[in-house]
Amino acid sequence: MTAMNMIQAINSAHAVMMERDSNVVAMGEDVGYFGGVFRVTEGLQKKFGASRCFDTPISENGIIAAAIGMAAYGLRPVAEIQFADYIYPAFDQLVSEAGRMRYRTAAMWNLPLTVRSPYGGGIFGGQTHSQSPESLFAHVAGIKTVIPSNPYDAKGLLISAIEDNDPVIFFEPKRIYNGPFDGHFDRPVTPWAKHPKAEVPEGHYSVPLGKAAVVREGSELTIVAYGTMVWVTLATVEALGVDAEVIDLRSIVPVDIEAIEQSVRKTGRCVVVHEATRTGGFGAELSALVQERCFYHLEAPVQRATGFDTPYPHSLEWAYFPGPVRIGTAIKKALED
Amino acid sequence: MTTPSERPNRPALSLHVPEPSTRPGDEPDFSSLVIPAAGEARRPDPAAEPRETHELAYSLVRVLDDEGRAVGPWDPKLDPDTLRRILRDMMMVRVYDDRMYRAQRQGKTSFYMKSTGEEAVAVAAAHALDRDDMCFPTYRQQGLLVARDYPLVDMMCQVYSNRRDPLKGRQLPVMYASPEHGFFSISGNLATQVPQAVGWAMASAIKGDSRIAAAWIGDGSTAEGDFHSAVTFAGVYRAPVILNVVNNQWAISSFSGIAGGELTTFAARAVGYGIAGLRVDGNDPLAVYAATTWAADRARSNLGPTLIEMFTYRVEGHSTSDDPSQYRPKTAGSKWPLGDPVERLRRHLVGLGEWDEGRHAALVETLEAEVRAAQRAAEKSGTLVTSTIDFPQEVATMFEDVFEEMPWHLREQQAQMIAELEAKRK
Repeated sequence: MTAMNMIQAINSAHAVMMERDSNVVAMGEDVGYFGGVFRVTEGLQKKFGASRCFDTPISENGIIAAAIGMAAYGLRPVAEIQFADYIYPAFDQLVSEAGRMRYRTAAMWNLPLTVRSPYGGGIFGGQTHSQSPESLFAHVAGIKTVIPSNPYDAKGLLISAIEDNDPVIFFEPKRIYNGPFDGHFDRPVTPWAKHPKAEVPEGHYSVPLGKAAVVREGSELTIVAYGTMVWVTLATVEALGVDAEVIDLRSIVPVDIEAIEQSVRKTGRCVVVHEATRTGGFGAELSALVQERCFYHLEAPVQRATGFDTPYPHSLEWAYFPGPVRIGTAIKKALED
Repeated sequence: MTTPSERPNRPALSLHVPEPSTRPGDEPDFSSLVIPAAGEARRPDPAAEPRETHELAYSLVRVLDDEGRAVGPWDPKLDPDTLRRILRDMMMVRVYDDRMYRAQRQGKTSFYMKSTGEEAVAVAAAHALDRDDMCFPTYRQQGLLVARDYPLVDMMCQVYSNRRDPLKGRQLPVMYASPEHGFFSISGNLATQVPQAVGWAMASAIKGDSRIAAAWIGDGSTAEGDFHSAVTFAGVYRAPVILNVVNNQWAISSFSGIAGGELTTFAARAVGYGIAGLRVDGNDPLAVYAATTWAADRARSNLGPTLIEMFTYRVEGHSTSDDPSQYRPKTAGSKWPLGDPVERLRRHLVGLGEWDEGRHAALVETLEAEVRAAQRAAEKSGTLVTSTIDFPQEVATMFEDVFEEMPWHLREQQAQMIAELEAKRK
């Protein structure tokens, strides 16, 4: 076991898989010699050679299309999109091609392709370095979407994604790359180093896709979150002194419906939390699932604490961000009645 | 900086919207095409620097002259058996196309696309490639499958979306796929396959393989960003790939000018990216064969990609849903100055003393009988069902192959659909 932050854990997942399987290649803008703008692929080119870890032109469309061709050949490409905000030029290739290849060829071809991308705000990235586009991909048939919230899960989930025989989108909450975030932007960040979730095995292990984790057991209400918002939620719960059960989804497609149902049936109250814009966000899907399946167990309406339906602002970032006040308000509403 | 009051005499700006030379009711007029004589184009060594090919991007590689003789440095000097096989495959594509077009008109399927006039672009290229090179085609390269002996019955079952459809009724007719025949899955979203072909070729290079990739794209869809990505990546990584732009002059109703064809040639796209480029008479099977061989040699020697413009003409409509007489002269297809690929190769073989009218007529009969027999066999497994809920495929298969393993939400939806159909049947 070594203490790793999320960047080191994701780097380790690459190294472990590239060592084990010569078909695993890493590619993306600034990914090769330099090791990526967030240093996630640092040292991989030196260790595995330029044909297994290389820089690409600034063409997200080309990166994903080429990765699809490589996966069709039989490689297991891990493509980095430098910021999730840049993924849209690749949208057609992901939606119409990657997501449908197994289906449209009756499984003659499958695409073992992983697309990694840092996402989310809280870093003063403005509207082009802060977005959370996960619900756009959750809406697409044939793509799995995974979002880790800590170093241990990040490595184990990425290894599962690379070993999966279908396309996986792996969104990395960049606000918590270096340490969990309590939602208070004006307080110093605690680095991962002393956190139990930063104890990461150096070798191969995996965390299954489609399985949530109950990160806090509780009886008063269920809060469903993923990524950065897991930590903001936990901090808010502690501050309010409510006995909430907090579920870290880890995968949003497939979503672990059993974990959600089991918890809401127990608590009778539910809040869903995400940083992405509200309308049509993944929280809408979660709310619908909860009311379809747990209606007679619910004591109060399902509440959503989310980003607002505006572009991600720069100077007003901390007014936009669904921090402790917004989550706290949603919790209080869910506990009323 | 001038103010508006200081520039009253400037002309009003106007937008140029390209128009083809003729429209319905006009006589077809191809007089503005510059067509160099057969044999005129230089043939650089396949190991030449890309820039040494660039004048060829504005010329036209042609081998067969107007009398059907093979002339000039690009003559691939094929043996008569290979020539007869290429002729046979092109004729087979035509017979097959006619038969399937008619099947669509008879209501046996929803849709069909012919490749009339463009058979050489697929068939001759397939014969120039190795059998295990990977092709990333558009919907108009059925000739690749015919040349690689894909069973006609399987092609028809795909067109019919019937019980034997290898793609389980999931794709529109003509969107074939066969890994065993090096024929990648066709997408209706145009140009997506071209950067995928480049990625496949990069993978082949990463693994130290010797196989290469070849992609086809229409003149119209070169306007897609995917084309730019493809040529950029192909050039940057010297990917072992052949990028064929099939300039058949039409993108449904838009002539090639709407894709930028008025300004320069499509082969000249290669110049800006610094890769090898050739412009080839796509109705000349020998020129297509020779150019493909040249580009394949280059790719196999780690010398990188070649962009080939296959200059041809879409003789028929875009698809069974299209009526070209609405936007171009009715006789345009038969007036194409570069003739018909089947007729040109037939004439060449006759000139060599390797073919004659009797053999040609007999071959047409054989191919028609073969296609009729295949159709009978295919129809035993049904034709497209549109009016009942007695579907050809097991309905439960609708939910298979979305993922390797079916997640809970698809299992639930599958059960829901089965219940819906049971309720309907009651």
